[in-house]
Amino acid sequence: MKKTLYDKLWDEHHVHSYGNGYSLIYIDKHLIHEVTSPQAFDGLKQAGRDIWNKKSIMAVPDHNVPTRFREIGIKDPISKIQVETLNKNCSNNNLLKFDLDDIRQGIVHVVGPEQGIVLPGMTVVCGDSHTSTHGALAALAFGIGTSEVEHVLATQCLLMKKSLNMNIHIIGIMPEHFYSKDLALLIISQIGTAGGTGYAIEYTGQSIKKLSIEARMTLCNMTIEAGATTGLIASDNTTISYIENRPFSPKGASLVRAKKYWENLVSDKNVSYDKTININISNATPMVTWGTSPEMAVGVNENLPALDDERFAAKKEDLLNAFNYMDLKEKQSVKSIKLDKIFIGSCTNSRIEDLRIVANIVKNKKISKNIKSAIIVPGSGLVKEEAENEGLDKIFIKAGFEWRSPGCSMCLGMNDDKLEEYERCASTSNRNFEGRQGRLGRTHLVSPATAAAAAIYGHFVDVRDI
Amino acid sequence: MKKFQEVKSVLAHINRKNIDTDSIIPKQYLKAVKREGFGEILFDDWRYLESGNLGDNHSLRKKNPDFFLNNLRYKNTQILLTGENFGCGSSREHAVWALLDYGFKVLISTSFADIFYNNCFKNGLLPIVLNKIDVEKIIENISEEEVLYTVNLQKQSIFCNKFEINFEIDERRKKTLINGTDDISETLKQIKKIREYEKRKSKITPWVFK
Ligand code: SF4
Repeated sequence: MKKTLYDKLWDEHHVHSYGNGYSLIYIDKHLIHEVTSPQAFDGLKQAGRDIWNKKSIMAVPDHNVPTRFREIGIKDPISKIQVETLNKNCSNNNLLKFDLDDIRQGIVHVVGPEQGIVLPGMTVVCGDSHTSTHGALAALAFGIGTSEVEHVLATQCLLMKKSLNMNIHIIGIMPEHFYSKDLALLIISQIGTAGGTGYAIEYTGQSIKKLSIEARMTLCNMTIEAGATTGLIASDNTTISYIENRPFSPKGASLVRAKKYWENLVSDKNVSYDKTININISNATPMVTWGTSPEMAVGVNENLPALDDERFAAKKEDLLNAFNYMDLKEKQSVKSIKLDKIFIGSCTNSRIEDLRIVANIVKNKKISKNIKSAIIVPGSGLVKEEAENEGLDKIFIKAGFEWRSPGCSMCLGMNDDKLEEYERCASTSNRNFEGRQGRLGRTHLVSPATAAAAAIYGHFVDVRDI
Repeated sequence: MKKFQEVKSVLAHINRKNIDTDSIIPKQYLKAVKREGFGEILFDDWRYLESGNLGDNHSLRKKNPDFFLNNLRYKNTQILLTGENFGCGSSREHAVWALLDYGFKVLISTSFADIFYNNCFKNGLLPIVLNKIDVEKIIENISEEEVLYTVNLQKQSIFCNKFEINFEIDERRKKTLINGTDDISETLKQIKKIREYEKRKSKITPWVFK
């Protein structure tokens, strides 16, 4: 029988079948951060259980860490306790951890692949929904809750029911300044935030093959916003050359063997999926979300939907709520939306490629007077270092951006980086939910290029016009 | 985990789709390192007119009188009827802990997000998926007087003065709740198989186990 990539990864990690579609699945890599792990370690201790395989774990503080004045440590006492709890749990158990003062520290989903800790063909979990990011390396990766974090710590396995297979097939070539972030928003605007519920999504098509690993990660990262916990892209030469020569990736004879194995991490030719969705991108434009759900997205040259538009008849109430919360009007043009803040960062868009795109756009320009603050938060210490080696930091600072230290930052505003009430932000992160970036704050999700252009103009513009 | 018992309670209704876990429990409370005490801050941004923080005395904060949880009638409710795709977004299990800590034992919707749905069963919270017609039936039955609903998981039924609705649930998940199964002990029964798997795979993909 022909198999999809998801089927293959599932079968490869199958330990035991309970019938009725339930299986015990082996977990190769377990990524841990400070926010969703303390209760799991606690539970483990209370039950008197040990960690099954300490070598499978990589820990890094990211959600709750300051992005400036790190030298003085964490000011907020409650955040400090949480990070210290992670430190304690890791040192008590001898787990691999990248501390705040380690150049390898950063957002868990940036660090794992960057270090070669996440490899193609692995099963990867983390107490964080954006674990789907790692599917860009043809790894079966998905987010779990804290109880499951404890379960994996104790057993190295998860009790799971298999998802259905969905193929999102991209037709056409990527237009200029249309990035994988725009593609993700376009897909979600078409299939909805629950469109992928119950499925593992594989992205296919010539355009996907041409994407860099960084761009693939952005797309897989956003898969959870379409409701699917797993996003996948088949392995190819791009995958393998990305992973070679990473600090933790296999070397020598081991690498030769691994490469052979990785080459087969593709769906069988002509395999059938439970559902296939074709998306044509030939005429696509940069995307902007206008509402409080990632599916509320339109092209940058379009207007916001009309309340009497029949396509939204079933969602009128949601539209009204969103217009209200975002203080926007129906049929208003996207370009007329003025911004207060710019955030470039998060596990969606904080890799070196993203920063290069931003630098290209803001070079020798100044951010608009409207903009109260524009911050760039690199995904890891190593991304930061690379950007500085290339002189990008100077370009950013000259243009008026703040150049910060790595962490989740304003993606969820657990630290000091957040929106004040009613502030409006163009953000390269992944969620525009009410209050996500700060109570009563208003978030517009965009690509790094569109965020950079908005910083210069103080409102949204089509980056192709500048 | 506690065994799931029959629930008899009034029903609260929040008429909103795509309620995300950020709305169920905002980020500032994720700094906690314990599982308890989240009930007071369930739906925090909607429930209070002022912002709050971990460690605040929430009874002193100004409440939003229009929000359903602030209606005395729902003080002891254990059943929550919500719009579709409930629990989307962040994987934070704190959302489930908050609902439970408030006193909810049953959630009803036309759909739940995957990770949230899974988290419910790890904690003894029953998420019931109904079709639109059945949900409409319940909504039509919401009136000024209090209607008591009985949810019986064994019989897979929701029962009130006017009607009974039967719901589907996966056999395995049902048993987990009814028996209050500890998933980890259950998995550890397969120790031999897990070890065998590791032995076999460390020969095929040795780099994974380095
Ligand atoms: S950057 Fe944002 S979405 Fe990504 S892991 Fe951090 S908080 Fe979650």
